[in-house]
Amino acid sequence: MKQADDIIIDLVNPNARVLDLGCGDGDLLCRLRQTKSVTGYGVEIEHDRIEGCLARGVNVIEHDIDAGLERFPTNSFDIVIMNETLQAISEPRTLVREMLRIGEECIVTFPNFAYWQCRKQLFFGGRMPVSKHLPNEWYDTPNIHLCTIHDFDMMCASENVRVISRYVFNQNGRQTIATRMFRNVLGVTAFYRLGRAS
Amino acid sequence: MSEASSQQDQVASDSVGVVAPQCAEFDEPFTMENGATLPFFQLMYETYGRLNADRSNAVLICHALSGHHHAAGYHDADDRRTLGWWDNCIGPGKPIDTNDFYVVALNNMGGCHGSTGPTSNNPEINEPYGSDFPQVTVGDWVNSQARFADFLGIDSFAAIIGGSLGGMQAMQWAIDYPDRVRNALLIACAPNLSAQNIAFNEIARQAILKDRNFNEGRYLAAAAKPMDGLGTARMLGHVTYLSADGMDLKFGGDLKNDEASDYHDVVGEVTSYLQYNGEKFAGMFDANTYLLMTHALDKFDPARSFDNDLVSALKNATARFLVVSFSTDWRFAPERSLEIVDALISAGCDVSYADIESLSGHDSFLLEIPRYHRILTSYMKQIAESLVT
Repeated sequence: MKQADDIIIDLVNPNARVLDLGCGDGDLLCRLRQTKSVTGYGVEIEHDRIEGCLARGVNVIEHDIDAGLERFPTNSFDIVIMNETLQAISEPRTLVREMLRIGEECIVTFPNFAYWQCRKQLFFGGRMPVSKHLPNEWYDTPNIHLCTIHDFDMMCASENVRVISRYVFNQNGRQTIATRMFRNVLGVTAFYRLGRAS
Repeated sequence: MSEASSQQDQVASDSVGVVAPQCAEFDEPFTMENGATLPFFQLMYETYGRLNADRSNAVLICHALSGHHHAAGYHDADDRRTLGWWDNCIGPGKPIDTNDFYVVALNNMGGCHGSTGPTSNNPEINEPYGSDFPQVTVGDWVNSQARFADFLGIDSFAAIIGGSLGGMQAMQWAIDYPDRVRNALLIACAPNLSAQNIAFNEIARQAILKDRNFNEGRYLAAAAKPMDGLGTARMLGHVTYLSADGMDLKFGGDLKNDEASDYHDVVGEVTSYLQYNGEKFAGMFDANTYLLMTHALDKFDPARSFDNDLVSALKNATARFLVVSFSTDWRFAPERSLEIVDALISAGCDVSYADIESLSGHDSFLLEIPRYHRILTSYMKQIAESLVT
């Protein structure tokens, strides 16, 4: 079974200059460096994760993404990655714009709130969904901007953002014919590779 | 058990223990950036830990304005006052781990702790240099440290580390000798001095220059030295190293509580604290060295030779960088560190950055702040691991 990181690694070109927003302990960048010879930086705010990056020799910049990305110059990276962080950002639409200013392309991944299990919990249980992918209760969740695959498509269209490719995982971490056809129902996690409108 | 060995036992297991300074002598002339030449010079230094077989684990510690070669351990096991200035960071199991690294600390040229400086004999007139000692720059220090590295037989340093003015030397190293530094740690540093920084330095210098005993820098032979001026300079400097909140905490000065007695206590405490620090410093530092060091600080600006473009200045650097700032440092504020970080990113250099929450202002870089030390430890451990393979 492919992990989410494997999909992202497939989407990144060799030798790319990468900015990884919300890079965690640097695992993805470390693997990208080994498998794709990328260079670049992670951006992180959590103290222990920053130490994790340093311990494995991954470049990490302490910075609050919600404070904006103005400091990163236009066209300064080949690709900007935002892995499972978009839903926790205060202004996700502005952020996607910024990512496509800084990078030629960007990769965004997020949990699909329209996944059937979420729908079931809301419909039958009448409560906010709690699952492996969305483990928090409503009152302590960092996920303040959850969206569905359909919502994200609409935003891309209205923002004139080009969807270069899209992968949707089911609960087993697979993309099947079914997830392709009914992605907004069967998709647990969505991966988008985005570019500027040509 | 003899008294000596019981004293020895009291030295903590994470201390490098009792150390003795050494002296490196250089007989070849040294030409400074301003064209002045020293016919020969010497540098005082100390080392901690062991140089490994392929001579790849050397770490250079660059000191700040008033520092020197005694960075770790004791000169006298019986006297805790002889503790090195960065002992909390250097030693077995400490962030700069002497089990992993061969750590070298020196007193810079122009200093007053045994390296050739204003208090040294000028062979031309057979008198101390005094104010005739040529104005050194950060670049001169780095060049003299490179000669020092040759003397030690070190081709490239695993890391060059410095806080404040020390960080500036580490940055200059990475620019001037890219092949000789693999990691540069710039702590509480700035890419150049702000007008405000320079203004504070100028007030400090005026305090020294206007001291009745300064005598145009020729005070060494006289009975009285410009102690008042140097002490005042230090008091001023010292305040810029602290933060407003940190000082309130230190002196229990909740000035919003306007009971007269509390207020006077604060006044008294601040006064005696500054007085004590100023006098203590003036008793062990040289006024001419203070002038040289502050001028070197004022002139530091590696971008200047690159059309004032810091990115161009850093383009040749191949070292990996760690930049660390402290939240309440207003002398070299976090924004100044971020200027360095942003330039390094634009120059395509490897860089990591952390901003440490601290109440202690610029002085934080000398303190044992848990997160700060964890950051240094993580970074240094990873360098140590890369040496093993």
